[in-house]
Amino acid sequence: MTSRTPVLSFKGVNTHYGAVHILKDVDIDIYAGEMVSLLGGNASGKTTTLKTILGYVKPTSGQVLLDGEDVSDWPTAERVGRGVTMVPENRRLFKRMTVKENLEIGAYLRPGEDLSSDYDRVFELFPRVKERLAQKAGTLSGGEQQMVAMGRALMARPKVLLMDEPSMGLAPVLVAQNFEIIERINKAGTTVFVVEQNANMALSIADRGYVLQTGKIVLDDTAEGLLANPQMRQAYLGEV
Amino acid sequence: MIDLKRVRTFGLIAGGTLSFVAAIGMVESFNERTLINPGITMGLLLILGIAAVFGYIVAAGKPNPLVETARDSRSGGIAGGLTGAIAGVVTSLFVLFVDTFDVSEFFPNMREPLVEAMTFELGVPVGLLVLTAVVTATAAAGGAFHGMSDSFRAGMSRALGWVVAFALFELVVSEILDFADPLVDLIYAPRGGLQPWAAVIIGALAWWLSTRYKGRGEAFTERVKDSEAGSRLRRSVILFGVAAVIILPMIVGGVVNELLITSGLFILMGLGLNIVVGLAGLLDLGYVAFFAVGAYGTAILTSPSSPAFAPGLSWWIALPIVMVLAAIAGLFVGTPVIRMRGDYLAIVTLGFGEIVRILLLSDWLTPIFGGAQGITRIPGIPVPGAGTISGTDPQLFIYFTFMFVLLAAYISYRAQNSRIGRSWAAMREDEDVAEAIGISTVQAKLLAFVTGAVIASFAGALFSAKVGTVFTNSFDVLVSIIILVVVIVGGMGSIRGVVVGALVLIGILGGPKSPGLLAEFSEFKLLIYGALLVYMMLKRPEGLLPSVRRSRELHGEDLTQDAWLDKGGDFTGDSAEEEATT
Repeated sequence: MTSRTPVLSFKGVNTHYGAVHILKDVDIDIYAGEMVSLLGGNASGKTTTLKTILGYVKPTSGQVLLDGEDVSDWPTAERVGRGVTMVPENRRLFKRMTVKENLEIGAYLRPGEDLSSDYDRVFELFPRVKERLAQKAGTLSGGEQQMVAMGRALMARPKVLLMDEPSMGLAPVLVAQNFEIIERINKAGTTVFVVEQNANMALSIADRGYVLQTGKIVLDDTAEGLLANPQMRQAYLGEV
Repeated sequence: MIDLKRVRTFGLIAGGTLSFVAAIGMVESFNERTLINPGITMGLLLILGIAAVFGYIVAAGKPNPLVETARDSRSGGIAGGLTGAIAGVVTSLFVLFVDTFDVSEFFPNMREPLVEAMTFELGVPVGLLVLTAVVTATAAAGGAFHGMSDSFRAGMSRALGWVVAFALFELVVSEILDFADPLVDLIYAPRGGLQPWAAVIIGALAWWLSTRYKGRGEAFTERVKDSEAGSRLRRSVILFGVAAVIILPMIVGGVVNELLITSGLFILMGLGLNIVVGLAGLLDLGYVAFFAVGAYGTAILTSPSSPAFAPGLSWWIALPIVMVLAAIAGLFVGTPVIRMRGDYLAIVTLGFGEIVRILLLSDWLTPIFGGAQGITRIPGIPVPGAGTISGTDPQLFIYFTFMFVLLAAYISYRAQNSRIGRSWAAMREDEDVAEAIGISTVQAKLLAFVTGAVIASFAGALFSAKVGTVFTNSFDVLVSIIILVVVIVGGMGSIRGVVVGALVLIGILGGPKSPGLLAEFSEFKLLIYGALLVYMMLKRPEGLLPSVRRSRELHGEDLTQDAWLDKGGDFTGDSAEEEATT
């Protein structure tokens, strides 16, 4: 890419859970408007990467930068205030609140603003959500919950949208739909960082990808490059 | 059809319950209170009540939403009677056991007086037969009652309810009717208890009124709720309520006012704890510490005989200082526990509560807090033109309690329906996601602790001024637990619920240190609290008067979804696409 400042970047990040070394000298740069995938198998450190971006986990060394500013010591809420929002793994809606309340609280950091255009945007992407507004979020189907979770994140008008395993627990048809919507969100100008196990699906819509293996970035290329890379094909696409 | 298995099960449970209330001495001590002259005592009411309730439960059958339970008074009566017979035999065997073997060394209540009380002083063989017959008949009546027509049920329950209320709350009734002294003397016997003819008249009147004005109450509530037509009506209802609150303390006497003040202090603490537990979801078992900060703070600042430092301030000047102290205490407790969740938080706060009490009692801090001697000679609340008002004028002191309850209710109401209230709700459900949305859970938690602490300090400041002395034993862990019970029974997150919970538990059954309106219960109140808590958790976890949010959380989405459909929401549920539910 160019020499612009990345909206989100890791510089030599190391993290530990107790004595266990999770991320090892991870460098990631994500530029405005990009769609980037982070791929990796189980226990490769994908979720820890997201947790480090949001500040649930603090790096033991290295820096997390948002718009070039070092936010390594910032609390989660303040980082979110800088325009980073996550759609968590398994949706994690506020199940006892209504769909409407879930969306409303997504815009928590924009008090007093008129949210009607944001609602319209969410309803345009997910017409079904509008039908379910008064329902308790916990009673929705998995696919609908995924829509509400994405809607909730969009209500914050994020600059960078983090998605943790969006294909998890969804039927194949819905996974494809989901990625289509992620693509639309990205095309509309939101930078998207998708963490996925489903490499084929993720790379089909991404601009670039990183491959994480036991905490190290082992590959870093454009989506086409990764799909063509024999090493990648062997390790993640199941081809011998 | 009679479900014999159910009859057997509930018959044994009823017998066990009757034996239990006898064994703990409840029947005996309740017998000291006559409800209706002569002979109908509170102990008898307890036996009859248990029998009738179990008879009714058996007749009602297992609740099944799909099948309308048959309402047949004959089979209901037989089922109830059989249940009662089993219960009566079980209880008689128990009484016989107590009569034959002497176990009073281990169970101090299981002695001759118990046998006398349970056999209606008729002695063993005859009395046991009478007991069994009475229990059987009452349970049969309870069972038959289930099968009666709705109007009979409504009339009967109102009649019985009012008679029992008049009898139980003799004190309140006679104080309210103080201006009509001869009437009081007519209704009640000189040594307590309703006169039998008065009971009949009250019952008949209640029955007649219930049929005469059937459904009017509901219709009225509907009209009040109706947003347009009800607005003037609503205003007059509120005015009436305010007038009642202002006038009531003047017409009831010192005892009832005293109870209302104690209940008021618990309403205050309940409202404060409700913010911490009900809204923010932080289980605080050491809440009494903030009450203690309020009480001791006021004591030190106002009492001339405070041991170390006695500025002798006026209560009104001390109050804001005490509030600041409580807020600091809230931060002090809140900060270290901010990272703890659920059970861990409960245990740590429990510890904090005890630490405060033990510090107040310690030799080390005795020079400041007076240790076991406490702090005495705390003046009341100075009011221009009316001198100093303390607990010796309960009729005036109650207004201060009202004032602070109103203030606390207002704070709770505003907090609940604001941005911070929503962030508490989100945090209560999923702390991590709440943070990912940008809610600073550290701030939200501290704010909950501090608000709760300040409200508890109101209660503490009032308590000091009312009682005039503070000792550490007013601040033990039981107080924290009872405030929590008030909040749970009333309804977590619900302001009305806390008010009702405190009035019922503290006002009627009795608080941790003081008897309630039914002083007979004071010995057993912890038992009743425990039983009530278990029952509520099983049957009505949202509390007596739940908040809208809580009842929605605890029950299916039926409520909201129905309301949504009623409003014409275009619900186009397409079940074909629900396949992805995994």
